[in-house]
Amino acid sequence: MASTQGGPPAFNNAVVRWIDKRLPIFTFMHHEYGVFPTPRNFNYWWSFGGIAMVMLIIMIVTGIVLAMNYTPHIDFAHDSVQRIHRDVNHGWLVQYLHMNGASFFFIAVFIHIFRGLYYGSYKNPRELLWILGVTILLLMMATAFMGYVLPWGQMSFWGATVITNLFSAIPVIGPDIVTFLWGGFSVDNPTLNRFFSLHFVLPFVIVGVVVLHVAAMHVAGSNNPLGIDPKGPQDTLPFSPYYVTKDGFSLLAFLTIFAIFVFFAPDFFGEPDNYIKANPLVTPPHIVPEWYFLPFYAILRAVPDKLGGVLAMFGAIAVLYILPWLDTARVRSARFRPIYKWFFWVLVLDCFILGYCGANPPEGYFVPLSQVATLYYFFHFLILLPVLGKLERPLPLPNSIAESVLKKSAI
Amino acid sequence: MRKLLAAAAVALAALSAPAFAEGPKVKLLDVKFSFEGPFGTYDYKAVQRGFQVYKEVCAACHSLSLVAYRNLRDIGLSEAAVKAIAAEVQIRDLNDAGEMAERPGRPADRFRAPFANEAAARAANNGAYPPDLSLMVKARLDGARYLYSLMLGYEDYAKLTDAQKKELKLAADFKLQPNMQFNKYFPGFQIAMVKPLNDGQIAYNEEATTAGIKNDLPQLAKDLTHFLAWASEPKMEERKRTGVKAVIFLLILSGLFYAVKRKVWADVH
Ligand code: HEC
Ligand code: HEM
Repeated sequence: MASTQGGPPAFNNAVVRWIDKRLPIFTFMHHEYGVFPTPRNFNYWWSFGGIAMVMLIIMIVTGIVLAMNYTPHIDFAHDSVQRIHRDVNHGWLVQYLHMNGASFFFIAVFIHIFRGLYYGSYKNPRELLWILGVTILLLMMATAFMGYVLPWGQMSFWGATVITNLFSAIPVIGPDIVTFLWGGFSVDNPTLNRFFSLHFVLPFVIVGVVVLHVAAMHVAGSNNPLGIDPKGPQDTLPFSPYYVTKDGFSLLAFLTIFAIFVFFAPDFFGEPDNYIKANPLVTPPHIVPEWYFLPFYAILRAVPDKLGGVLAMFGAIAVLYILPWLDTARVRSARFRPIYKWFFWVLVLDCFILGYCGANPPEGYFVPLSQVATLYYFFHFLILLPVLGKLERPLPLPNSIAESVLKKSAI
Repeated sequence: MRKLLAAAAVALAALSAPAFAEGPKVKLLDVKFSFEGPFGTYDYKAVQRGFQVYKEVCAACHSLSLVAYRNLRDIGLSEAAVKAIAAEVQIRDLNDAGEMAERPGRPADRFRAPFANEAAARAANNGAYPPDLSLMVKARLDGARYLYSLMLGYEDYAKLTDAQKKELKLAADFKLQPNMQFNKYFPGFQIAMVKPLNDGQIAYNEEATTAGIKNDLPQLAKDLTHFLAWASEPKMEERKRTGVKAVIFLLILSGLFYAVKRKVWADVH
């Protein structure tokens, strides 16, 4: 849409001109990030895509440095991480950045996803953009899971054992798949080696999908808090300097919070048990995954049947893939959907309840609670959204973004 | 927006709390350490005394495999002292003839483990395995307070009153197994380690005694915990110092960006 606006910019630097004539990367950057017309009414929730991108880069850079010093062998892996802390210059910093970076990457992406849910960013014409996003989420989960195995602590080992065992629930070929994943008959050195290899390569696959994701966004254009399309230049602003400064500020604020955890509470998100070297003969009293998997873990355990639990867990992501077609409402933004707005917050609460259940042993009232929360999760997507879109009477939409923005500042 | 973010942070903290709230059921002893909190630092005199406790008592059974003798320079020991400490132990290593032989330790060596392997350690300890202590303070919930409490938590089971048993919520069919000791803070209440520390067991040097440092059990346990806290994260002070600089830098830069953003946006609002 917008990338064809305006002719090629006049570059002052002769080298830049020379390159640009043969390979117009500078023109591309200028169009897509310089003058790119962006809705003028973004709020700060629109910063989290860019924040996620920076977290991805931080993860890759720190990860490459860690890989230079890490030893992927069951006898040495746990100690090698500690040697990075003690004997590599600033190794402690690199390791803590990577360890906490995973958590903050998920925080950014979860906020990014819920932003999309609230403002209907997954609707026409952004379905494919959304689907690429869900694919990124899946890849991130696989990457994070395998990364957590690498330090070879007790939770690494037992988490890997529990999760890989899930595949044995698949009828007929299940047990063979598990053997294939393990590279043997239990989680052992071959497992650690293949997980290291995959953990190294998957982030670059994520980069590839992110490129497609951002490219798709530049074709469809961004959604905005009003959920209506920009109608002309009065509704947009050039990306630079307006959103460079706004996103820059939110990024720095986010990184400040990140730094507080890295430097002052680096083990906040971690489990003490992972500072004990993996021991196949000693099962920890409670095996809990990393916090970002807890809602999915709760769904897994809510279903009394193993295969059913696995299907429900993957189903929780599968419904996101078809979300653009489940939501029948024509209005995008929850601002103009008086009923959906409330159900959005109920879903947020439901996800927190699922996370709370996932963190606790499946006993007592946690069992029915996680079952109700799981049912509600699927109810929201599979029943509520299709029906609500038909029944709800949306509020009148403003005529244009500019009109709405100017009215607000006039009050 | 800001309120929402704060609420989200609080919710996240509340959510993750139960995941960390497991561990020993009995409330740990209330003790304060100088290395706690965002600006806390190690008290290196205490770390040195704790090293003495480890060396004279715990080292008989527990390895400390992640710490090398050279690291003792970081707790304030002189180069000569470190060399002398390393030379006290015999390390098995290849000699020039290519045979395994013992040689005096060097500063670059890691702390010598008391047993050649796990089987040897178990054989010497009624089948129980004394774990490596390098990361003990990080590997337990509220590790420093746990370690301190564990040292002080031994009780004579035969002399426990019914009221005390009730307070600990001891199971009715609880039975102390042979070769086991009763410890209030160890999960399951019975531990295979005999009470390692007792009042007056260590003779601190003159510097410590003139400074009024006692050698009763709480003091010994506190110093020992200090040493093992240092051993589990020797770079903690560097981390916090760097953190202060990093956070101040990021705050200033955030403020700057906010000001620029306000200026840039002034004409479009
Ligand atoms: C005589 C040998 C011996 C000595 C000396 C000894 N320990 Fe132990 N320690 C053990 C054994 C054996 C275990 C395993 C106990 C069990 O698993 O029940 C153990 C376990 C421990 C644990 C693990 C507790 C847990 O939560 O799993 C700690 C911590 C510990 N010892 C600290 C010390 C300290 C500190 C000292 C020195 C003051 C010390 N030990 C001296 C034999 C010893
Ligand atoms: C590696 C992780 C991700 C990165 C780096 C990333 C990056 C971005 C960027 C830079 C934008 C534009 C800025 C913005 O609107 O915030 C964007 C938009 C978007 N992203 Fe992502 N994203 C990631 C994951 C996801 C996921 C997991 C989803 C959904 C499941 C998703 C859905 C969307 C949607 C729908 C938009 C368009 C939003 C709009 O225009 O309103 N993204 N993404």
